[in-house]
Amino acid sequence: MSEQKTVHFIIERQDSPDSKPYTEEFLVPYRPALNVVAALMEIQKNPVTKDGKKTTPVVWECNCLEKVCGACMMVINGKARQACATLVDHVPQPIHLAPARTFPVIRDLQIDRSVMFESLKRIQGWIEIDGSWEVNTAPIQNPYTAATAYEIAHCMTCGCCLEACPNVGPQSDFIGPAPTVQAYLFNLHPFGKFDKEKRLNSLMEKGGITSCGNSQNCVQVCPKNIKLTTYLAQLNRDVNKQALKNIFDK
Amino acid sequence: MSKKNIIVVGGGLSGLMATIKICEAGGEVKLFSYCPVKRSHSLCAQGGINACMNTKGQNDTTWEHFDDTVYGGDFLADQTAVKGMCETAPKLIKMFDRMGVPFTRTAEGALDLRNFGGQKNKRTVFAGSTTGQQLLYALDEQVRKWEVKGKVNKYEFWEFIKIIKNDKKVCRGIVAQNMNSMEIEAFRADAVILATGGPGVIFGRCTASTICNGSAVSAVYQQGAEIGNSEFIQIHPTAIPGSDKNRLMSEACRGEGGRIWTYKDGKPWYFLETMYPAYGNLVPRDIAARAIYDVCVNQGLGINGENRVYLDLSHIPAEYLERKLGGILEMYSEFVGDDPRKVPMQIYPSVHYSMGGIWVDTKHNTSIPALLASGECDYQYHGANRLGANSLLSAAYSGTISGPEAIRWSESDDIGDELTDEQLAAAKQECVDEFENIINMNGKENAHKLHHELGDLMNRYCTIVRVNKELDFCMGELKKILARWSDIGVNDKGHWANQEAMFVRQLRNMILYAMVICKAARMRDESRGAHYKPEFPNRDDEKFLKTTIASYDPETHEPKITYREFDHSLIKPRPRRYDVAKGGK
Repeated sequence: MSEQKTVHFIIERQDSPDSKPYTEEFLVPYRPALNVVAALMEIQKNPVTKDGKKTTPVVWECNCLEKVCGACMMVINGKARQACATLVDHVPQPIHLAPARTFPVIRDLQIDRSVMFESLKRIQGWIEIDGSWEVNTAPIQNPYTAATAYEIAHCMTCGCCLEACPNVGPQSDFIGPAPTVQAYLFNLHPFGKFDKEKRLNSLMEKGGITSCGNSQNCVQVCPKNIKLTTYLAQLNRDVNKQALKNIFDK
Repeated sequence: MSKKNIIVVGGGLSGLMATIKICEAGGEVKLFSYCPVKRSHSLCAQGGINACMNTKGQNDTTWEHFDDTVYGGDFLADQTAVKGMCETAPKLIKMFDRMGVPFTRTAEGALDLRNFGGQKNKRTVFAGSTTGQQLLYALDEQVRKWEVKGKVNKYEFWEFIKIIKNDKKVCRGIVAQNMNSMEIEAFRADAVILATGGPGVIFGRCTASTICNGSAVSAVYQQGAEIGNSEFIQIHPTAIPGSDKNRLMSEACRGEGGRIWTYKDGKPWYFLETMYPAYGNLVPRDIAARAIYDVCVNQGLGINGENRVYLDLSHIPAEYLERKLGGILEMYSEFVGDDPRKVPMQIYPSVHYSMGGIWVDTKHNTSIPALLASGECDYQYHGANRLGANSLLSAAYSGTISGPEAIRWSESDDIGDELTDEQLAAAKQECVDEFENIINMNGKENAHKLHHELGDLMNRYCTIVRVNKELDFCMGELKKILARWSDIGVNDKGHWANQEAMFVRQLRNMILYAMVICKAARMRDESRGAHYKPEFPNRDDEKFLKTTIASYDPETHEPKITYREFDHSLIKPRPRRYDVAKGGK
């Protein structure tokens, strides 16, 4: 019998938010189409390190395993990405896994991204409707504009773009590309745009779009291929126009 | 305590819809979820949501939608409930449109419609191939607005453990656990809505998210809630087989012209088109799944002798595919490596959805007063087989019923007294003790390996083909797995984000729920919708035009199965065939 082929993982672990990180190495049996989440599941079934030491199963967050929910974002070989969609065949070994430290670490690879959901409140990330009851039929929409909205609406709040952005972190209060660009989405809607000024004004405040340094890292890592920089640029123009308007309207 | 204080467990489409309705009625919601609600499993729904919009010149009617749904469900769904859902569907679409869902549009900017299985008319509204994601996000956004207004308190990363009843046996609260700090707390409410989704993970590999384990449903079942029609498990015909999960390939592929085939005598054989000329590739899921199973397992005609057949889109222009199905084609490329625009995809059926679930009346009340259930975790609307694109509809619609009904409970004198401090403390202590016992388990079994065995067993015996002898065997094995659960060893003894210990608790619930599915399947000696027994190949309306009711027996840990009449007064049951046109009114 030939020797079982294995995949080598080096995982940065951390027992609690304030404790010191450490690494543990694991060998996981190889199989075709194995992805990083599936490999972590194998470690759950046999939580033993490469050196044969029994340990606790690695903690991480995942749900859909189809790259739609955004939960399993982590840093894999130095790059922020979805673990479920990272096939071990496509990344060099040993595979380094680390938590996305732009966010507070909860445990091991699990992080706290609540700040992103808070930012969605700030940019008023919803359409103001009177209620879920019957009102009017919604207006027809230009199918091309709708297609743009559809692209942006794929954002799954995974946080890859925040992890990759040099301006998100303790040195700055930038809310990051994802929540910022969501403002553009709601401003596209036929009556979402009634609140356009509110959203643009919210982006003039501290941590808004002026904190974007245009490093263009976000667009490189977005797992949904959202043209983040294009919409950031567009928003920047809208915000500037709004700022001038605010001056003249005073 | 102020009135109208509702707990909603689960933040998918149904839980969020209920939350919005409660807030609009002046109530306040504590919303519990395993995850940020924006990551709930509803977002995995791809193909669309059915509603009679009648904008394709086909004279579509809500009655036709109603009839298709009842017929597709092999006449086992409560017809008054289904009729209400189909009549409300177009209004829900208009609501979602106003909320900003980026539906795919026609050249003139109207909502586009596509074909789906088991329906002759174009009736499926969609947002590319990520409709569930877009609908969920719209409700997530509206709930965020209510959160800002202080009417919704989210308890994300909290796990529901059980309900608490008052002296009158009315559900007046829950116990839940913070999944990071491990702190266990008891909460008061006027009424509780469970919207906790399906039990797919009981089958191990399935199309569901890892959080869809049926644990909450099992917990309330063990506390006296009845489960209805649990044997009806939908097997989706077209999924990408995987060792960690089977990834869904939307029925929209077939709706947009995809063809299923395999080689026979050296030539492509479009077997659905041959077997079912009236509907062809657009037969409902149970029919398509059985046909693929038959072709692969009985006839040995799977691709290279394996359990796979082709789902072929390669004859459709790439630009059209990109616009209508882009998201999922990208997913196929990513996980498989082939480009479905150029080569046929390879697919096989997979466990996908549970038609059964907590028994509810047409207002979504369970058999426990002031405990409601809506969404996939309830048993309503789909009978013995669900039509594609009816799940997003039933999830959203049921939330519009359960939310207001919870408000009605909160204003009623029937709910009795709120829970006393002593009752809260006692319920909490029970859960704390149970959790500490789990942490201290030092047996030989690994919980995740045991779960793997559970999934293999359920996949083997409780899916497409069911044989009584084998179901008896399966039940025996499930009892052994339940016994082995007590011999689990927990590696992680810590009290911070201990996912392993929480999984052990969920696993026991899953095993008990698996027994419900198995036993209910064993008892129903007929074939209907997704439930197929070669020994009893025909539908038996005489004996089984009834809802299966399972209630928990604490002595044996097994379900007691009984049958209950239901409302099938509007459309008289008729034979269900897809080789010829459906007929009916």
